[in-house]
Amino acid sequence: MTTPTRRRSAAVRLGLMALPLAFFALFFAYPVAAITGRGLKEDGQWQLGRVGDVLTDPAIGHVLWFTTWQAAASTALTLLVALPGAYVFARLDFPGKGVLRAVVTVPFVLPTVVAGSAFLALLGRGGLLDQLWGVRLDTTVWAILLAHVFFNYAVVVRTVGGLWAQLDPRQEEAARVLGASRLRAWRTVTLPALTPAVASAALMVFLFTFTSFGVVQILGGPRYATLEVEIYQQTAQLLDLPTAAVLTLVQFAAVGVLLAVHARTVRRSEATLRLVDPAHTAHRPRGAAQWALLCGVLGTALLLVVVPLAVLVQRSLDGPGGDALAFYRALGSAESGGGTFTVAPLEAVGNSLEYALAATAVALLVGGLAAAALTRRAGRLARGFDALLMLPLGTSAVTVGFGFLIALDEPPLDLRSSWLLVPLAQALVGVPFVVRTMLPVLRAVDARLREAAAVLGASPLRVWREVDLPLVGRAVAVAAGFAFAVSLGEFGATVFIARPDSPTLPVAVARLLARPGESTYGQAMALSTVLMLVCAAALLVLERVRVRVRTDGGSEW
Amino acid sequence: MTMLRLEDLTVRFGGQAVLDAVDLAVGEGEIVCVLGPSGSGKSTLLRVVAGLQRAEAGRVLLGGRDQDGVPTHRREVGLMFQDHQLFPQRDVAGNVAFGLRMRGAGRAETAARVAELLDLVGLPGAGARPVRELSGGEQQRVALARALAPGPRLLMLDEPLGQLDRSLRERLVVELRTLFRRLGTTVLAVTHDQGEAFALADRVVVMGEGRIAQAGTPLEVWRRPASEFVARFLGFENVVAATVRGAVAETVWGPVPVPSGTAEGACRVLVRPGGVRIAPDGHLACVVAGRTFRGDHVVVRLRPEGGPELDAACALAVAPEVGASVRVGFAAEDVVVLP
Repeated sequence: MTTPTRRRSAAVRLGLMALPLAFFALFFAYPVAAITGRGLKEDGQWQLGRVGDVLTDPAIGHVLWFTTWQAAASTALTLLVALPGAYVFARLDFPGKGVLRAVVTVPFVLPTVVAGSAFLALLGRGGLLDQLWGVRLDTTVWAILLAHVFFNYAVVVRTVGGLWAQLDPRQEEAARVLGASRLRAWRTVTLPALTPAVASAALMVFLFTFTSFGVVQILGGPRYATLEVEIYQQTAQLLDLPTAAVLTLVQFAAVGVLLAVHARTVRRSEATLRLVDPAHTAHRPRGAAQWALLCGVLGTALLLVVVPLAVLVQRSLDGPGGDALAFYRALGSAESGGGTFTVAPLEAVGNSLEYALAATAVALLVGGLAAAALTRRAGRLARGFDALLMLPLGTSAVTVGFGFLIALDEPPLDLRSSWLLVPLAQALVGVPFVVRTMLPVLRAVDARLREAAAVLGASPLRVWREVDLPLVGRAVAVAAGFAFAVSLGEFGATVFIARPDSPTLPVAVARLLARPGESTYGQAMALSTVLMLVCAAALLVLERVRVRVRTDGGSEW
Repeated sequence: MTMLRLEDLTVRFGGQAVLDAVDLAVGEGEIVCVLGPSGSGKSTLLRVVAGLQRAEAGRVLLGGRDQDGVPTHRREVGLMFQDHQLFPQRDVAGNVAFGLRMRGAGRAETAARVAELLDLVGLPGAGARPVRELSGGEQQRVALARALAPGPRLLMLDEPLGQLDRSLRERLVVELRTLFRRLGTTVLAVTHDQGEAFALADRVVVMGEGRIAQAGTPLEVWRRPASEFVARFLGFENVVAATVRGAVAETVWGPVPVPSGTAEGACRVLVRPGGVRIAPDGHLACVVAGRTFRGDHVVVRLRPEGGPELDAACALAVAPEVGASVRVGFAAEDVVVLP
């Protein structure tokens, strides 16, 4: 009866997918294919024998095994530590919550090199633990795992907590009245509702740790290397492009399998949820258990997130001759870093903000359209599209950055001299965050609310604008925050494509770190501190915006 | 003039017919109530008319025009959902104004219409209130105002009063009928509550298992249920197999008088509880198995020597105690012969 309608909605979905698809084809598939092709082709001939050679190498097998198990262990550990945190941030009210939420997000945007150094300062030789108790962890895998938890704590807290805050507490109360214990009610009612968000978060953490680069590079020493580190070494140090290409393909395949598993889990568990205003679900802690939980979470956040950051700040203030601001003053002049820069390192702040804003806009546009297309789950095509959007997270940033350089340098797509190149690469990593944050919320919007709007005369586009968008306003804000943060901290790709005279903050930090010497190390710490503050300030602004949207977003949007 | 016509409408969910070749017409300004147990396909009927659900076969005509291919938002019908589905992020006025905005009404016109409708549903000045602070009855009124605001050709109500408490329901149903009469609204409502249907509708359509079992005025349906299904759905339990001979039907309860002109042969008869008279000269001996207090009368459950149990309605003062032995007879005017 309504076949034309059905055909039209399919057309609308394709229309929504068109831009994201074009974006990914041009700025992801094409550069990655170009660099992989260059590695595997010799004199116009495919050299597929290389694949076998590389894969049977026991050293590569060892790298693959380590990459997988450390990612699994890091994911499990992160969930264990961060799920109570997600609960506390979603359901308990305490002073300073907004600030703390921003603080735990800071590690996420720190350049991995800086965080690696901070953990080294904490756990390594002459580090805080060494000084206090003579404990050193830098030669063990624990340093890597802890640094991974440090990085990904916010992923779980934000993704899971965002949904948790909007779950109707009365669902759990209903289960309690029906005779379920507190734990049982949580396990049987809340946990299943949270499963899609937990699965999403776990997938993201696994992908990040699977492709972990800076942390493993610094804390792993010669004993531990992930695929990404191996690709970097093959590309940048050994100039062995064929091996790097094979490894890129291996990483691709592994990520593909992972995404397929994820799609299965989520499809089985995603249900329509009752969402309520998060302002009404949080309450002050009640009873000893909740106070203990709150203190536990605050203590963990302090030890895990605040202490390494504090060590970082302390080192930045440890200027020569007790001059606390010496390193910061040095950042203002182009002569700092022993001639590494043609401009003052502090100018990187402006560059970083501009790039990150542009990247956020691109990521919101592309990711928002993609999420809208995926809301009405339909068919294999949509699922394939969903998986495609996640691929950049699992692809070596080194490969992407290098690919940009060799693929986008000739007409009609000569972007070498365009400042847009950097935001485009950064947006690539931002899009998956936007999609993953918005999709669970969009899918959980009651379909009958959309029907009510349609009966009242709203066209499908209007329904999206009037019903979906206001309800997901919060998710959009969270998504924007994520996209902004990852853009700000993106390093692997940006380091290849940012112009020498306009470095971003992480690139500037890395350049300072690459120079030996006490003073450049201190300046690197100072610039990292600046990056940290910029990020925290941006996230705080976002928290404010979100609150305002919630209170006067009454009748019009 | 016919506002809505359904022809041979069929919907299947996984091979199961939810609507089975349904024909139905609703005249302009008429209030029709579809009455049926849950799972009888009532809500599906409304969803098909609104274009929210595809039909396998049959046609939906609104104002004489086939709605095939017309998307929901262009059908100009109103639908009040069972749980209202008010937009949680909008205030009361924002909800009521929604349909007007979709039709491109001007700001001043919208504001005036919203105020008028809030007056109409008895919530004057409530425009700025957030919907989550409304009580169930207030939400119902806002949902009604929202559905009425764009002036739909046909207003559909899905269990309109289902979630409200009884006294509010009884008051609102009268208000609704008065309102619809005054506005001349064409209404198609579905409910499982016979009291609601009878109080609201000009015409009642009883549905069971996707088919229309009976259609008629409330009085007709109440007095002459067309089948045992309808009788039992209306709450009549006293149905028994019978063989008609002349003016009397032979049953396990003894002879039951039937209206003159009843065809001879096998059938089933219904004796309404009011027609089961407790009297010393009754021919059927029973024991009182239970009593249910119904306000102005008592329904007494009787266990006869043979055959199924039966209900008798009697005045409070003369109702026998549980366990008492009584005799009953049947009054001809409360006997209905069913096919």
